[in-house]
Amino acid sequence: MTTLKKITSHHLFLPIFALFLLLLFNAFFTPGFFMIKFQNGQLYGRVIDILNRSSILIVLSLGMTLVIGTGGIDISQGSVIAISGAICCYLIGGSGSGEANVPMFIACIAAIAACAILGAWNGFLVSKLKIQPMVATLILLTAGRGIAMLITKGQNITVYYKPFTYIGNTIPGNILPTTIFIATAMIILLVITLKKTSIGMFVQSVGINSTASHYTGIKVNKIIFMVYVFSGICAGIAGLMESSMIAAADPNNAGLNMELDAILSVALGGTLLSGGKFYLGGSVIGAITIQTMTTTLYAVGVSSEQLPVYKAIVVIFICLLQSESFKALFSRIPENLKKSKLTEDKKVVMKV
Amino acid sequence: MSFKKIWERIVDSKYFSFGVTIVLFGILYAIGILNFKGFSKSQVFFNLFIDNAALIIATVGITFVLLIGGIDISIGSVVALTCMVSAQLMENTKLDAGIVTILVLIMGLAFGFIQGFLITKFNMQPFIVTLAGQFFARGLTCVISTDTINITNETYNAIASARIYLLPKGFISAGVLIAILTLIISTIVLRYTKFGRNIYALGGNEQSALLMGLPTGKTKIAAYTVCGFCSSLAGVVYSLIMLSGYPLHAVGMEMDAISSSVIGGTLLSGGVAFLPGTLFGVLIQGVIQTFITFNGRLSAWWTRIVIASLLCLFIVMQSLITKNRKRINSNN
Repeated sequence: MTTLKKITSHHLFLPIFALFLLLLFNAFFTPGFFMIKFQNGQLYGRVIDILNRSSILIVLSLGMTLVIGTGGIDISQGSVIAISGAICCYLIGGSGSGEANVPMFIACIAAIAACAILGAWNGFLVSKLKIQPMVATLILLTAGRGIAMLITKGQNITVYYKPFTYIGNTIPGNILPTTIFIATAMIILLVITLKKTSIGMFVQSVGINSTASHYTGIKVNKIIFMVYVFSGICAGIAGLMESSMIAAADPNNAGLNMELDAILSVALGGTLLSGGKFYLGGSVIGAITIQTMTTTLYAVGVSSEQLPVYKAIVVIFICLLQSESFKALFSRIPENLKKSKLTEDKKVVMKV
Repeated sequence: MSFKKIWERIVDSKYFSFGVTIVLFGILYAIGILNFKGFSKSQVFFNLFIDNAALIIATVGITFVLLIGGIDISIGSVVALTCMVSAQLMENTKLDAGIVTILVLIMGLAFGFIQGFLITKFNMQPFIVTLAGQFFARGLTCVISTDTINITNETYNAIASARIYLLPKGFISAGVLIAILTLIISTIVLRYTKFGRNIYALGGNEQSALLMGLPTGKTKIAAYTVCGFCSSLAGVVYSLIMLSGYPLHAVGMEMDAISSSVIGGTLLSGGVAFLPGTLFGVLIQGVIQTFITFNGRLSAWWTRIVIASLLCLFIVMQSLITKNRKRINSNN
């Protein structure tokens, strides 16, 4: 009983369990789901496809995890994705001859740098002017697509420069899509940074109690600022992958509602949206789970327009599972009453 | 009393934000009259109301929620869902227009209630719950139909094209009447009823409101219910303008409503709002759109950029006001 409880209360239990259920469902109902073909020196298959698509979401959710860890939220990520794609495609240029106006490397760096500045703007509003995170990032959400439109002059820029498509697809000679490598590299870099320095702990402590952190000598404003800059950079990288996948900048639709998916993956990964303890691993698995769900629903025949209905149900379900009062409702079964009361009290004490 | 002190007093006044909004609206309108021929016609002014009637109602609804320190981002989707359900019911079941309208209003009420219930009873984050609501409503709209359904109901069309002349050459639509009525009733409710004062108290400080013995839970649920109702009412008005149901109706209306409310002087931390101010918030957006139409060469996305910068300006102003208030309080 106690081992079972230990397993079910582990923070990774929920996302892994959900992923397992989805895969089980697919194993029975989607023929050829796990099939991986080797063709033209590349791996093809639904699983690869899911990993490819979820890489964008993983990168986004890494930034979102840290932001939510400090008790904030960044709803401008989708718009920043559009801006990043627009800048990069604009610099490379849409000339039909397939040549780049500006070297691709510089274009990518410029796009990411611009997104870092946008993130810094968010961070400035939140940390210096003390504006609520949701409202502060709302400004960029509203303006972002307009700015992207200004950059592309209201049109979609199609890029014919071949190497640009390598970011979102496969570099010739590799067997796996580049996005997977980028996402893995990001995860490793972030984990090493968080493990080797105390930034991760600072982020958590700001999220749990920023006033107390301030009195312990943590530079709260600096941490919050940095977290938003990082979120901007993540969105910038995701924007490059997204626009490279379709070899075009689409200011209207690139990254549309992507920030919501990122928030969802973080929530699914066990990080509380009120901030504090955050789980990077949970977010990564959460992102993969969400992409698997999307692909599964497509495979079952749900149209892309109807997809949100199912997503909504999942969101509510996850949040209900996280809710303390909902848990209390279920633990009122007589024999568990005393035990759960005790743990509840302990939790309350810990929170206070 | 020194000049600085007088200035601090003015900034601290309840109506400072409201004043700034009206002055801004006046300036924008004056610029329009000076730059464009025909801007001074009375109909241009009335058109501001006709085009934004739905947004006015939505803004009233969200102001209730912002007042208690919450947020509702499901408004745009509920508007679309209302349009779609009305169109579907009127076209394919031949129900009477009046009954359909009552049904969709009840739907909005229920939608808001469920969201409020989840948020209050289970202590869930308003942002996440209403985000799910947004997904759900928009998805449901697509489940009903992914194509446009035109409303051909005769009574509905008659109401939609009715012109109510206020001046010999200036008219408003039925939607504007509904919007103005909603605004007036809500202002009275917020100002002179127990429920309204409860909302202000709750937004000011939830802990104290609870300790004073106010029904915080019920008030919270009621605020979200009002917002849901207003969304569906906005949907009805929106369908009077569009005369159709379409899944992509009113995308992003919640953000427009929030920014209008903020520009109109609502504090996002809750507890402060003045409904007539939010009306001017909507009108400012309308004036900017009219500018773009009159100019003819500017692209529509400029609206978004200008709105965002105004939003930014007002939010920064709010944070300065709050700082100022704290300083005054600590001085006292």
